[in-house]
Amino acid sequence: MKLAYWMYAGPAHIGTLRIASSFKNVHAIMHAPLGDDYFNVMRSMLERERDFTPVTASIVDRHVLARGSQERVVDNITRKDQEERPDLIVLTPTCTSSILQEDLQNFVDRAQIEAKGDVMLADVNHYRVNELQAADRTLHQIVQYYIEKARKQGNLPEGKTEKPSVNIIGMTTLGFHNQHDCMELKKLMADLGIEVNQVIPEGASVQNLKNLPKAWFNLVPYREVGLMAAKYLEQEFGTPYIDITPMGVVETARCIRKIQQVINAQGGEVDYEEFINEQTLYVSQAAWFSRSIDCQNLTGKKAVVFGDNTHAAAITKILAREMGIHVVWAGTYCKYDADWFREQVSEYCDEVIISDDNGAIGDAIARVEPSAIFGTQMERHVGKRLDIPCGVIASPIHIQNFPIGYKPFVGYEGTNQIVDLIYNSFTLGMEDHLLEIFGGHDTKEVITKGISADSDLGWTKEAQAELNKVPGFVRGKVKRNTEKFARERNISQITVEVMYAAKEAVGA
Amino acid sequence: MTVAQPEGLNFDCETGNYHTFCPISCVAWLYQKIEDSFFLVIGTKTCGYFLQNAMGVMIFAEPRYAMAELEEGDISAQLNDYEELKRLCVQIKRDRNPSVIVWIGTCTTEIIKMDLEGLAPKLEAEIGIPIVVARANGLDYAFTQGEDTVLAAMAARCPDKTPVVEAEKHERNAIAKLLNFGKKKEEVQAEESEYVDHPPLVLFGSLPDPVVTQLTLELKKQGIKVSGWLPAKRFTELPVLEEGYYVAGVNPFLSRTATTLMRRRKCKLIGAPFPIGPDGSRAWIEKICSVFGIEPKGLEEREKQIWENLEDYIQLIRGKSVFFMGDNLLEISLARFLIRCGMTCPEIGIPYMDKRYQAAELAMLEKTCQEMGVPLPRIVEKPDNYNQIQRIYELNPDLVITGMAHANPLEARGINTKWSVEFTFAQIHGFTNARDILELVTRPLRRNNNLKDLGWDKLVKEEAKV
Repeated sequence: MKLAYWMYAGPAHIGTLRIASSFKNVHAIMHAPLGDDYFNVMRSMLERERDFTPVTASIVDRHVLARGSQERVVDNITRKDQEERPDLIVLTPTCTSSILQEDLQNFVDRAQIEAKGDVMLADVNHYRVNELQAADRTLHQIVQYYIEKARKQGNLPEGKTEKPSVNIIGMTTLGFHNQHDCMELKKLMADLGIEVNQVIPEGASVQNLKNLPKAWFNLVPYREVGLMAAKYLEQEFGTPYIDITPMGVVETARCIRKIQQVINAQGGEVDYEEFINEQTLYVSQAAWFSRSIDCQNLTGKKAVVFGDNTHAAAITKILAREMGIHVVWAGTYCKYDADWFREQVSEYCDEVIISDDNGAIGDAIARVEPSAIFGTQMERHVGKRLDIPCGVIASPIHIQNFPIGYKPFVGYEGTNQIVDLIYNSFTLGMEDHLLEIFGGHDTKEVITKGISADSDLGWTKEAQAELNKVPGFVRGKVKRNTEKFARERNISQITVEVMYAAKEAVGA
Repeated sequence: MTVAQPEGLNFDCETGNYHTFCPISCVAWLYQKIEDSFFLVIGTKTCGYFLQNAMGVMIFAEPRYAMAELEEGDISAQLNDYEELKRLCVQIKRDRNPSVIVWIGTCTTEIIKMDLEGLAPKLEAEIGIPIVVARANGLDYAFTQGEDTVLAAMAARCPDKTPVVEAEKHERNAIAKLLNFGKKKEEVQAEESEYVDHPPLVLFGSLPDPVVTQLTLELKKQGIKVSGWLPAKRFTELPVLEEGYYVAGVNPFLSRTATTLMRRRKCKLIGAPFPIGPDGSRAWIEKICSVFGIEPKGLEEREKQIWENLEDYIQLIRGKSVFFMGDNLLEISLARFLIRCGMTCPEIGIPYMDKRYQAAELAMLEKTCQEMGVPLPRIVEKPDNYNQIQRIYELNPDLVITGMAHANPLEARGINTKWSVEFTFAQIHGFTNARDILELVTRPLRRNNNLKDLGWDKLVKEEAKV
C-alpha cells in the first residue's frame, strides 16, 4: 500500500480509452463498476467535445460479483454493435475486472460471432502498466490486428507511395496540445514535400490501417505513445521510424535531417539544409530571441523541469542549449523509461530526478528555489505556494491547457510558442532590475511560504521592518535562509544583527 | 395535454447503464464538513484518478484525504493488510493528528474481501484514534449515497448519553464563569424559554454551516430546538442519540442512515418531504411541528413571500419541460419543486428509489402534479443513458438536467442542459436558498436567450443515417 494524494499518470484503462476514442467509429466498453466511466467527463469537459464519447460501461455490480458477468458483457457488446455500428469494439478491463479474473477473451469471442463489427480485448494489466504504457500497447494491438486481418484477407496493399510519405503515429485525445502539434506537423511535412499517408490514432479509421505500410517512414513525435506500433511496422515491413521529437530549434533541425537521410536512403533526392536555415533564422523567432538582449537577462537564471519524458527532455534541452538558462534539475514521472530520460538530459542539467511522488517533487523545488518552474499542473500549484512562476509543459493538465487558439509545441511555430511560455515565466528583465534598485513594489507583510516551513522563530520589530525592505520576490528566500541560519545556531530571536550575520554566512 | 392520472406514480427500472460519480466522491465535501477528520480511501489508481480529477483544484489545498493505493502485493495477499494499514494510519496520525480516520472501502476491497470492519477496532485500540469504516463503493452505490454510508457508520459513534463532564468543565472555567456569570445565565434562560417542551430532535445530513444555521433558526421560530446534527462540525461533537429521540433527514439519499438511526439507535424517524424549495421547506417544518403537536406559525406567509421573490425566475421556466437523467438522488425533490414552479416533467431518472424513506416526498410530488394539473412523471430507476438520449431526442425537452459526460454533446445538438452535480454542491435547502436552485435551473435558459438570435443552435454536422 502506498499513501498517495496525487498521481501523474492515470490508470491503465485511461490509456486504452484514449486510443480507442481517438479513432473514428471505434467504441470502447469498460468492464467496470458504476462511476468508473469518469473518462467521459474528462473528454467532454477538457476537450469540450461536441460528440458523445464512444465509451460505455458494462456495469459490474453485486450480482456480477455473485454470479459472474455471464451474458451481460456479451449482450452489451452486441447491443452497442447494433446501436452504433462501430467498426471496432474494444473491451477494456479495469482494476476491478483484473481481479475478478473472468475470461474476458471468451466474451469477446462469443460476441464476435454475432457482432457485425470487429471485437477485441485490450491486452493491458492494470497493476503493471500505467496510462501511457497502456496507450502505447493498445495502439500497437489495434494496428497489429488490422494488418494481420488484411494479410489474412489478402488485401494488404503492396509497395510504397509514389512520392515520399509519412505516417504520424501517437496523436491522441487528451494528449498535451496534440491537436495543435498534429496540425503543425502536417504543415511541416507539406513544406518538406512529404505526403502524410496516415495520422493515427486521432481521427483515423481502423479500416485504413492496412495502408500504413505504404508510407516511406513513420514519425513518432512523442516518446510515450506510438513507439511500439512503429517498431512493429519496422519489423513487419522494414519501414524506418524516426523518434526525434521536433521540439525546439535544434531538435527540429535534427529531426528534419534524419527525415532527409531516411528518404534519401530509399531513393529520394532531397536536401533540406536550406529549408532548415531559412526557417531557423527567419521563420522561427527562437534563434533570434536567444541572441536578443532580452534573453541575455535570462543567462544563468535557475530553472527546474518536470513532466513526461518527451516534454521534460525537450524543454530541458531548449532551456540549457538554446537559452543559456541553468537547469538545476530535470525530472520525469515516467519511471518505467527512466534510462532514456537520463541519457537525454544528463548533460544539460545538474541533477536528474526520477519520481512519481508529487510531495518529493514539491520539496525538491522548495530546496533549490528556482526563478521559474516548468512542469505539470501540480508544479504550477507548488509554484503558486512558493511564489515562483510556472509554465505548464506536460500532462496532467487542466482545462486551461486545452487552448482554443493555435498553440503547438512542435515544429517551427512550436519554437515560437515555447519562447513566449519561457520568457513570460521569468520576471521580466528590466522590471527585475528596477525592483532590486528601488526595493520592491511594496512593503507589505511577508507571508510564510515553503511547503513545510514552520516559522517557530520570533522576529524583532526592527528585523521585520528590515525584512520588509527586501524586494518582494526574494523576501521569502531571505527569510527562510535567515531562519535556517538562526536555527542552526539555536538563536530564537531574530534581530537585524542576526539577519546580516546570516546574509554574510549564506549569502541570503 | 392529458390530465393527471389518478392511478398514481409510474415506476420503471432500466438496465443501470448510466453515468454518475463514484460514491467515494463524498470525501470531498465530508472532509470539509468534519473539520478534524481524515478520509483514507483504500482503493486503486482508478479511485485516485477519479478523486483527483473530479475534485479539481481542491486537491491542492492540502486536503485531509488520501489514497491508500493498493498494489499487486496487496491484491495477492503477499502483504499483510493490517500491517500496511497500520503503517499508513500511523503516518497520518503523525502528520495530521486527526480526531477520526474514516476508511472508505472501495470496489477492490469488496472483491478481495478485505475485512475493514474487523481490522478497524483492533487498529483503533492500537493507535488510539477512532476508525470509522464506510463501504462507499461503485458496486453497490451511486454518488451521494457515499455520504449515506459514512453517516450510517458515524451514527454508531454518537454518544448514547449526555456526557456528565459538564460540571467538571464549568469547574475549570470558574474564573471565566464568574466574570460572565449573571449575564450568561440570563441569556441561556431566555433562550430556553423560547422553545416548546418537546422530545429531543436530531437532524441528519451534511450541509454547509450557513445552511445548518438557517434551518436551525427556521425551526427555532416554531419553538423547536435542534439538539444536534449528524454530522457536526467536528467528530468530537457528534450529537447524543438516546433511545426515543426524534430524527429527521434533510436529504433524500440518506436511507441507510435513517434505517440505522431507527433500528440500531432506536430513534423515531419523522418522514417528511425534504426542505428543498419553499414548498418542501414548509412541508418539512409542518411535518416536524405536527409530530410534536405544535401549531406552525407564519409559515404560509413566509412561503408566499418567497414565491413572490422568485417570480422573475419562474417566468422564465413556467410552462417549460425538464428531463432528469438521474445521478444524485435529489431528483424527486427537485422535480417536485420545479413542477410547483410551473414546469412539466416527463421523466425523472434516479439511481435508486427508496419508496419508504422518500414516501412523504413522493406523495407530495403526486399531490403537486394534481394541483398544478400536469401529468405525473415517469420515474425511472437505474436508467439507461442510451435509451434516455433517444427519449430526449423524441421529447425535445426545454431543459435536461444531466451529468457532465452528456452535457456538452447535448448542448451541441441544441438541447439546453444543466450540470446536475452543481445541485449537490450549491446551497439549495430551506426558504433562503430557493432562489439559488432557480438561479442554477434558469442559467442555461438565460444564457441561451442571450445567444438565441445568432442562429448557432446546432453545432454538430448531421450524422449520416446507417
